[in-house]
Amino acid sequence: MTERTPISTGSDWTFELIQDYDREIGRVARDFGLDTYPNQIEIISAEQMLDAYSSVGMPVGYSHWSYGKHFVSNEQHYRRGQMGLAYEIVINSNPCIAYLMEENTMTMQALVIAHACYGHNSFFKGNYLFRTWTDATSIIDYLVFAKNYIMKCEERYGVDEVEAILDSCHALMNYGVDRYKRPYPISAEEEKQRQREREEYLQKQVNELWKTIPQLGDKADHHDVKRYPEEPQENLLYFIEKNAPLLEPWQREVVRIVRKIAQYFYPQRQTQVMNEGWATFWHYTLLNKLYEEGKVTDGFMLEFLQSHTSVVYQPPFDSRFYSGINPYALGFNMMSDIRRICENPTKEDKKWFPDIAGSDWKETLTFAMQNFKDESFVQQFLSPKVIREFKFFSILDDDKERDLHITAIHDDPGYRDIREALSKQYNLSMNEPNIQVYNVNVRGDRSITLRHVRHNRRPLETESAEEVLRHLHRLWKFDVILESVQDNTVMDTIKCGPNGIEKKSTEKDEEEEELSLIQRV
Amino acid sequence: MSYIVDRRLNGKNKSTVNRQRFLRRYRKHIKKAVDEAVTKRSITDLDSGESISIPRRDISEPFFHHGKGGKRDMVHPGNKEFVTGDHIQRPQGGSGGGGGGDGDASDSGEGIDDFVFQISQDEFLDFLFEDLELPNLVKRQLQGIESFKYVRAGVVNEGNPAKINVVRSMRQATSRRIALTASSRRRLREAEEKLAALQEQDPVLRDKRKEEELELEIAKLKRRINKIPFVDTIDLRYNLHLKQPKPTSKAVMFCLMDVSGSMNQAMKDMAKRFFILLYMFLKRNYEKIEVVFIRHHTSAKEVDEEEFFYSRETGGTIVSSALKMMRDIMRDRYPADEWNIYGAQASDGDNWNDDSPTCREILIKDILPQVQYYSYIEINPRRHQALWREYETIEATVEHFAMQQISDPGDIYPVFRELFQRKETKRAS
Repeated sequence: MTERTPISTGSDWTFELIQDYDREIGRVARDFGLDTYPNQIEIISAEQMLDAYSSVGMPVGYSHWSYGKHFVSNEQHYRRGQMGLAYEIVINSNPCIAYLMEENTMTMQALVIAHACYGHNSFFKGNYLFRTWTDATSIIDYLVFAKNYIMKCEERYGVDEVEAILDSCHALMNYGVDRYKRPYPISAEEEKQRQREREEYLQKQVNELWKTIPQLGDKADHHDVKRYPEEPQENLLYFIEKNAPLLEPWQREVVRIVRKIAQYFYPQRQTQVMNEGWATFWHYTLLNKLYEEGKVTDGFMLEFLQSHTSVVYQPPFDSRFYSGINPYALGFNMMSDIRRICENPTKEDKKWFPDIAGSDWKETLTFAMQNFKDESFVQQFLSPKVIREFKFFSILDDDKERDLHITAIHDDPGYRDIREALSKQYNLSMNEPNIQVYNVNVRGDRSITLRHVRHNRRPLETESAEEVLRHLHRLWKFDVILESVQDNTVMDTIKCGPNGIEKKSTEKDEEEEELSLIQRV
Repeated sequence: MSYIVDRRLNGKNKSTVNRQRFLRRYRKHIKKAVDEAVTKRSITDLDSGESISIPRRDISEPFFHHGKGGKRDMVHPGNKEFVTGDHIQRPQGGSGGGGGGDGDASDSGEGIDDFVFQISQDEFLDFLFEDLELPNLVKRQLQGIESFKYVRAGVVNEGNPAKINVVRSMRQATSRRIALTASSRRRLREAEEKLAALQEQDPVLRDKRKEEELELEIAKLKRRINKIPFVDTIDLRYNLHLKQPKPTSKAVMFCLMDVSGSMNQAMKDMAKRFFILLYMFLKRNYEKIEVVFIRHHTSAKEVDEEEFFYSRETGGTIVSSALKMMRDIMRDRYPADEWNIYGAQASDGDNWNDDSPTCREILIKDILPQVQYYSYIEINPRRHQALWREYETIEATVEHFAMQQISDPGDIYPVFRELFQRKETKRAS
């Protein structure tokens, strides 16, 4: 071991020390080949951290009561001591903004720098989803544009009016995402220039669609009329923005803003395990490297390891503290495991991962980071060893059966099943009900029909769905129909008209309904 | 390369707007909670905010998600004794157990818990006194918390022309002139001495050219000295005056209540709430506030809060006894030129018949000219009696006298608001 020449020994931080640590960590990170955006490290106080929390990670956000709600509840929990604050918040932007809290010790600041400024940062820059869906250079500009635009709307049309539209858009936010098309990069400058043109153009397009004056030579027989849209549309907000008959131009722009922001956050929702795993793996690796070089003290390492282990702790399912799989734990273990497979493959690894066993670990890890999302990452890289360590088991919950079934555990026949099931668990399109725009009655009552295609017979939660439909009705302003489809037959219909909700269920006859109720109890 | 920025000095209340939006949206809930809290508090307990709870379902934001039912696989960690093919019982509710917990739903709220949060004392009172206005707030020595006086606070470089400090400005100008012209004046002096020396010589020997040169030099230096302005803007000094809040003054509130046999405990409770509201309202506007409790049946007595609200008396009613006592206390302890006096009287309306005209007389002659405001509430679902009719004649003539009838607790707050409703509306109607 080299001679110890630690950067610092005390627990207090100073700006110079932060700079020193950042330089050293940055150097080590570059040696490992991490490619990052430039960093902007901002020191903030606890109150400011609370503020940052409530705007769901956006450094600039438009005003809305729901952020106030988050803020109020966070503040409450924090003041009562029920909740510690996160050590860091990092924003996918260029330069990459990371917040450090002033209360943290030097060790924690170094940990956060390694975790956020080099871990998350390189993930934002490298992962294909972020590269495709988000434009780090322009997001801050866009958020500023959005904030100002919404503020202007509030001045002109009143806070209540704008709030109502935002509420409705938020209810549909998860369905404001393009899953397959590449979005156009957004920038504030362009946005402003194009915004007015777009308003006019959009309105024209809508007018075209809803034109009621009969056209000469329009002899299309009504039986042959195609559905509109011809293909089901998954992006509800996009569809509304382009096609809702009675929205004002500014309202379309608000819909668009919410949609864009949803799109920006979409990759983060798809890569939680990978993103946290990657960042945790690198803070662990980088700080250990500094320790090997003698740049940090034993005390530093003890404090770091203590907080690291609590971050990657996975409580078992029957624990009081269990609330699902800890993405830090799973991600970190999988990342470390990939390194292990590359460096010291066992017989089992060679059988399961013939192409990566024994390869260069840095290349393999970078490849994994760049080209996967949680779902495919688990599918591709979850090794039997990690399954054993976590003691994973898979349960089948079928409402037609009386009991729950254990379908697989961490043993030879079970590995593949578990991997499959866990991968599905991270598939967003599986977790969220599959709801698409199915048809718009263009020539008749202008009603819009959504279709929910049931997977594994899982129904919608009706109460919430009705609320969402009310919101949709506010945007569409004509009847809104939601059909729940299973095996090509419509099981359930919820309709939201001007007089509220009407329901129609063709699901089962009552006997069966009762039977299943009994079973459930 | 990393940039390190210290943001701690930036504003920390970035969420204030959002918080206000939230309070605004749930105004109704908060208002209800505040109104309930008022009934539970003691009349002088004003120093805390209030914790507000709102049912979680009112506050949730809806989104599409799966409900119960159907078929689903779930993977959990920490297996201990399960093997493939085991059947286990469905756990009864509870998310901690073997797999009943729904990953999506569990973090969106643990069922029916209320959403609880704190509002500060100021917010509490704001909600309580929303759009109320204290009548006749302006009074001799005070204008509530908004009154200020100006005190001198030294001399500064900036200010308005009216506040120029002449002496200091001139001193500044003089020293500037001295400093700026020092070298020119030295050279002027030297030139003048040389010229004088030259002129002392015999005219024949004089060097005419040199003399001219010196004269030119002298003229030039004089011009240069004159160019330095006598007073420049940088010389100006201004007196600084600071706003200092004037000590706000004192108010006294008289609570008069009928405790005769006809007033039952429920009626007294209603009266109490009314007094609490009035007290809190005054508390906001005056720094020091005293409360005098006078209860009466056939004779009046000054008592403490506890006795005022909770002791039982029987007997007939002579209202004027209380008014007389109020008048005496006012005269002895609360002179109207030092105190803002507020009177609030609660009664069920019963009175000794011949007494009501006396009441009117005392009020009009002795009390009303001295008080800021006098309110009378009659807690009585029945028809009005003589006292009410006498008071009605007062209400018609005196502006700062108000009266209302309350028949159940729900009436109190609206009545209170009406009593103190904004003066504009009153004038308009």
